[in-house]
Amino acid sequence: MLEIQTPEAIMFWVLAPLSVIASLGMLLVKKAVHSALLLAWVMITLAIFYIAQDALFLGIVQIVVYTGAVMMLFLFILMLVGVDASDSLTETISGLRPIAITAAVGFGGLFVSLIGRAKLGRDAVGLKEANANGNVEGLAQQLFSTYVWPFEVVSALLITAALGAMVLAHHQRSVARPTQREQSIARFRSGSLAGAAGLPSPGVFARHNAVDVPALLPDGSAAPTSISATLKARGDMLESRSFELGEVDNTVEEEK
Amino acid sequence: MNPYNYLYLAALLFTIGAVGVVVRRNAIVVFMCVELMLNAANLTLVTFSRINGTLDGQVVAFFTMVVAACEVVVGLAIIVTIYRSRRSASVDDASLLRR
Repeated sequence: MLEIQTPEAIMFWVLAPLSVIASLGMLLVKKAVHSALLLAWVMITLAIFYIAQDALFLGIVQIVVYTGAVMMLFLFILMLVGVDASDSLTETISGLRPIAITAAVGFGGLFVSLIGRAKLGRDAVGLKEANANGNVEGLAQQLFSTYVWPFEVVSALLITAALGAMVLAHHQRSVARPTQREQSIARFRSGSLAGAAGLPSPGVFARHNAVDVPALLPDGSAAPTSISATLKARGDMLESRSFELGEVDNTVEEEK
Repeated sequence: MNPYNYLYLAALLFTIGAVGVVVRRNAIVVFMCVELMLNAANLTLVTFSRINGTLDGQVVAFFTMVVAACEVVVGLAIIVTIYRSRRSASVDDASLLRR
């Protein structure tokens, strides 16, 4: 074994549980943006672990590439796609969750016990010797001698990926965008004239006219079409019942 | 400190990522869990590089990072394309081939 390195042990036992908790939180939080932030935290802790293990270059690259570029890309796509019902944690395939958790406990247990039983037959060497001329110099030496062919192949892969992303993301309309006049005609021909003059606007007049409360119909029921679909999917919709005239406390409190 | 502790941590993170791939329904979150699994594998490579005293593990981890970056770019482009045509980022909704 290597000599006892107390600062590293303290760092490990503080950050490792935090990274495990963050990755568990990634599975459990409802909103995709929160999972993205937790994943960014896990990646930062991994970068610290790399630097602690004498992999200075990889630690920096981890922060620049993963938390910098990849997570920004994820957040960007999250904003582009928006929130929908797939964020919900309800189980659609019945029995999937218990099976997944059982399999994971088995798999993880097998993994951990395997590492616990595996013996390398010798002590850990450490990277003092390999990093004698500096970590970046050592890596460069390897990259441009032994691994020069994979390095070239990877560059080709990067170019292909960039081209592929451009081809996939490029979007050409196959049908012309409907004009306002065509939309209006379609509304009148849709069978019901209920939405012909446009959908009802949200809010309960004079009580709470924010966009997150459905309008009340004349019979007192809520009009679901008056709320934006995004707000509904995000679960940010309020019940309009609490703003009905009968149930509102009418006593006026004087505010000073 | 015993560097094998990093291997245990990597195994845990890999397992958690695998559960996320199976359990979550939002394609983007599934993708992030795949990234977590790749990162756990990278931690293993870096740790073995330290245990063996050679830099080969770090070089392979470097290649993994490059491949992961490519994979994210193409994968997210696919998700955006599916979202454009089906208006949903749920992995359960993409079942066109089943019917």
